[in-house]
Amino acid sequence: MTAVSSAAKRQPVPEGWTPRIVAFFCHWCAYSAADLAGVDRRTHCSDLRVIRVMCSGRVDPQFVLDAFAKGADGVLIGACHPGDCHYVDGNSKALRRFVLLRRTIEALGIEPERLRLEGISASEAERVRAVAEAMSERLRALGPLSRRAFVSSAETASDPNGEGAHG
Amino acid sequence: MADAPRIGVYVCHCGANISATVDVAAVAADAESLPNVVAARHYTYMCSDAGLALVQADIRELGLNRVVVAACSPHLHEPTFRRALASAGLNPHLLQMANIREQDAWIHTDRESATRKACDLVRAAVHRVALHTPLDIRKAAVRPDVLVIGGGIAGMHAALTVANAGKHVYLVEREFSIGGQMARYDKTFPTLDCSLCIQAPKMTAVRTHENITLWTGSEVEEVYGHVGDYRARIRRRARYVDENLCVGCLQCVDACCYDGDLIPDAFNMGLSGRKPIYLPFAHAVPTVVAVDPGSCLNFTRGGCDRPCTDVCGRDALDFDQTPWVEEIEVGSIVVATGFEPFDARKATEYGYGIYPNVYTSMEVERLINASGPTAGEVILRDGTRPQAIGVIYCVGSRDERYNPWCSRVCCMTALKLSHLLCERTGAEVYNFYIDMRAAGKGQEEFYQRVLNDGVQFVRGKVAEVCDWALDPSEEGKLVIRVEDTMTGYVRRVPVDMVVLTVGMSPRSDSDELRRTLNVGCSGDGFYRERHAKLAPVGTLTDGIFIAGCCQGPKDISDSVSQAGSAAAEAIALSVKGSYDLDPITARVVAESCSGCRVCMPLCPFGAIGYAEPGGKCEINAALCTGCGACVAGCPSGAIRQGMFDDAQVFAELSGLLLGAGSGSSGSASGRVPPAVSLQPSAEATGSALR
Repeated sequence: MTAVSSAAKRQPVPEGWTPRIVAFFCHWCAYSAADLAGVDRRTHCSDLRVIRVMCSGRVDPQFVLDAFAKGADGVLIGACHPGDCHYVDGNSKALRRFVLLRRTIEALGIEPERLRLEGISASEAERVRAVAEAMSERLRALGPLSRRAFVSSAETASDPNGEGAHG
Repeated sequence: MADAPRIGVYVCHCGANISATVDVAAVAADAESLPNVVAARHYTYMCSDAGLALVQADIRELGLNRVVVAACSPHLHEPTFRRALASAGLNPHLLQMANIREQDAWIHTDRESATRKACDLVRAAVHRVALHTPLDIRKAAVRPDVLVIGGGIAGMHAALTVANAGKHVYLVEREFSIGGQMARYDKTFPTLDCSLCIQAPKMTAVRTHENITLWTGSEVEEVYGHVGDYRARIRRRARYVDENLCVGCLQCVDACCYDGDLIPDAFNMGLSGRKPIYLPFAHAVPTVVAVDPGSCLNFTRGGCDRPCTDVCGRDALDFDQTPWVEEIEVGSIVVATGFEPFDARKATEYGYGIYPNVYTSMEVERLINASGPTAGEVILRDGTRPQAIGVIYCVGSRDERYNPWCSRVCCMTALKLSHLLCERTGAEVYNFYIDMRAAGKGQEEFYQRVLNDGVQFVRGKVAEVCDWALDPSEEGKLVIRVEDTMTGYVRRVPVDMVVLTVGMSPRSDSDELRRTLNVGCSGDGFYRERHAKLAPVGTLTDGIFIAGCCQGPKDISDSVSQAGSAAAEAIALSVKGSYDLDPITARVVAESCSGCRVCMPLCPFGAIGYAEPGGKCEINAALCTGCGACVAGCPSGAIRQGMFDDAQVFAELSGLLLGAGSGSSGSASGRVPPAVSLQPSAEATGSALR
C-alpha cells in the first residue's frame, strides 16, 4: 500500500455534484436522534443515507471500506456518547476500530476526513443536522472521491482470504 | 436460497407527510425496475387496514416472499407490518423498511433530491431484503414482579394499580418517606381539595398493601438484563433506626442532645430547622425517624450520651447499621422519579436569595400549609405580615435563558396561591403573567373565580424586583418593575412579599438513572417516551415505562393518569408471562470458526464460550443481546447475525450506492460468503424474474 498524495487524486468538482455520505447509525442513539430530527423538522442537506445497525460496535471496518469502494464520498459512524452504550461499550469498540481505520484509508489514498465518528445521543436531533451539514460542507470542499487509486491499491493489498483490515 | 426472491415494494404517502416532499409514484416506478421486484405500489396510508390488506393480497396472489415498505421509521410501524406479514403466512422478518418520512420527507424541502434519496433507500432495502431469511421468534419468560422507581404520586399510583392486579411490586424511594412533591402542597387546583387528604390514604395503602415491598431511603444502583428479566441492585441507606421497631413516638427527637444550629429542613424548603434525628415530615410514611449522620454528634464527635437510645422504649436505634444492597428480579420497571423545581437563584433579576421576602411557590406551599413551619400563618422572614403581595409567573419557564418550555402547572399554581394568600392574609395580591394558560378541566372556571376574588392581574413579563425606592410609598418595600402590556405603561408596583412561581426542571441526576436504565431523554432533559401518541409511557427499552413529571411537566391529574397507563403496560407484560425477543442474536458457524477466541472478550454479556474438544466458540443465545460486536470482530467471518448479517449489510450498501462514483465496479470485501455473490448485481436478474 502506498499513500497517494491528495493533490494527485483531487479531481475537478463536476457541475451539480453532491457528495454521497453513508451513515452507519446505531439503533439506540444516533438513529433515534435522526428520527427526532425528522419529528422536529430540522431541515438539512440530503446527502446522508443512513444504514441502521444495532450498535456502532457492529460496524465492521469492511463495511466502511466497501462503502468507499462502492461510491461513497464519505462515511459517518453515529454512536452513543461514551458511557451511554446500550451494550455497555460497543461505542468504544467502534472508536478503537475508527482510529485504525482512519490510518488505513489514509494509506489507501483516501483523505481521513472522509471518515467520521460522532457521538450523538437520542435527544440530539440538532447534532444530527449539524454533523450532516458540516460533513457535507467538508466533502464539497474535498470533491468526489477518486476510487481509481483506492480500488487498485485495495486489490493489490487484499489477501485472498479477506482477512484484511480488522481493528 | 430455496425460493427465488419475489419482492413487493410499498411506498406510503402518509397522508401528505411523505408525498408532499417525495414523488411517491416515481419512487414506486423506480422500484419496479429493480431486481426481483414483482410489484411496486404506492398508497395513502400503508399502515391502515386497507394498506395492510394490499400487502397481504399481493403476498397471496403474486406469491411474494419478501416485502419492502417505504414509510416511517421502523421504530414506529415495523411491528405493524411484521404482524401483517405473519397473518398472511409470511415470516415477519422477510420485511425491510425504508425510512422515507423521518429521515427523508421531514428533513428535506427539495422534492427532486428527496425523491432521489427515497429511491436510493428503497433500492438499498430491496437489495437487502433479498437476503433476509425466515427467523424464529424466541419467547422469553416474563418475571411477574414489577419495580417502581419513585414514591411520589405517580409512583404510588402505579405501584397500587399493579399490586391491586395481584402482582408483586417493589417500590423504591430515595427519601425516607414516600409522598414526593405533592406531600408539600397545601391544596390542589382547581378544586382546592386538601392535598394530604387525597394523598395520605394512598400512602397508607402503599405501606400496608400485601403485594408491595416498600423501600425508602433507597436508590437503584444498577439494572441489567432485558424485558421480562431485569435484575436490579437497590442500595439502601442506613437510617440508623430499625424500621420494624420504631413507632414514630418522637421521644428520641425531644431527647436528642444536639446543641448546634438546627439543620435546614429540606421538606419545609429550609423554612424551619430540624435536629439530627428527625421524622421526614409530620405525615411521613413509614412513620419512622431517621438519623442524619452528617450532623448527629454520635458520628461528628465520635460519640455522645445517646439519650435517644435511652428513651426509646422499643430499642429501635441502631447506630451500627450500614448501607446494604438488595438484589431483585423483575419483569418490568416503571420510572416515576419526578421533577425538580426550577432553581430561582438562576433568575437573578427577581432577587431570590438576595431579598429575604422573595419566596418561591414551593416555599409558599409550606408557608400556607397548616402542617408547615408557621402552621399556615403567612409570616415573612422578617416577622411581618404582608399587606401587598406580587405573584410572578413563568419563573424559569418559557425563557430562552433557562427552560424554554411551558411548565404547564404554574399558571394554575399561581392562581391557587393567589386565592389562598388573598383568603389567609387579606393582602392586595398582584399577578404578573405573560399568557394565562388554564387549559385543563375546570381550570378556566377556577381562573374566573380568582378574577372575582378581587386579585389584580397585570399582563407583562417582570423586568426586575428591586428595593430601590423612588418615592416614600416605596420605602422599605420590594418594587416590581414591569411593562403592563394591556395599558402600554411601565409600572412600578411596591409589595411586601414576592412569590416566584417556579417551573419544572428535570431532576439534576436524571442523566445517571437514564444511563443505568438505558432510556433516552428528549432535548429538554426529561425522559423520552417511545412515541408521543402510540406509546406515550413506553421507552425505547422494552419493559421500561415512564410516568409523571420525569417524562415532562404535568399536573397531578395527568401524572396519575399516566401512572395508571404505565401500570397497565407492566401488568399486561406480567399477565401474558412471555415476551417475543427479536431474533437478532449471533451464532457461530462452526466450520468457519478457527477457535482464535477474539470474539470472547468483545462480548459485554459473557455470552460466548469456548468448547475445548472441538476448539470452537459458541454463543449462548439466551445471553446474546444482538449488538453484533463479535460479528464485526471475527477475523474469519464465522459469526452470523439475524437481521444484521454481513451479507445483508453489504447488500444494503450495494443497493444504496448503485450507480454512484466512477470506480464502483468491484467490492472491497473479500469475505462476503459465496452465497452473496449470487446477489443480483445487474438488472438482468430482475428482468429474468419478471
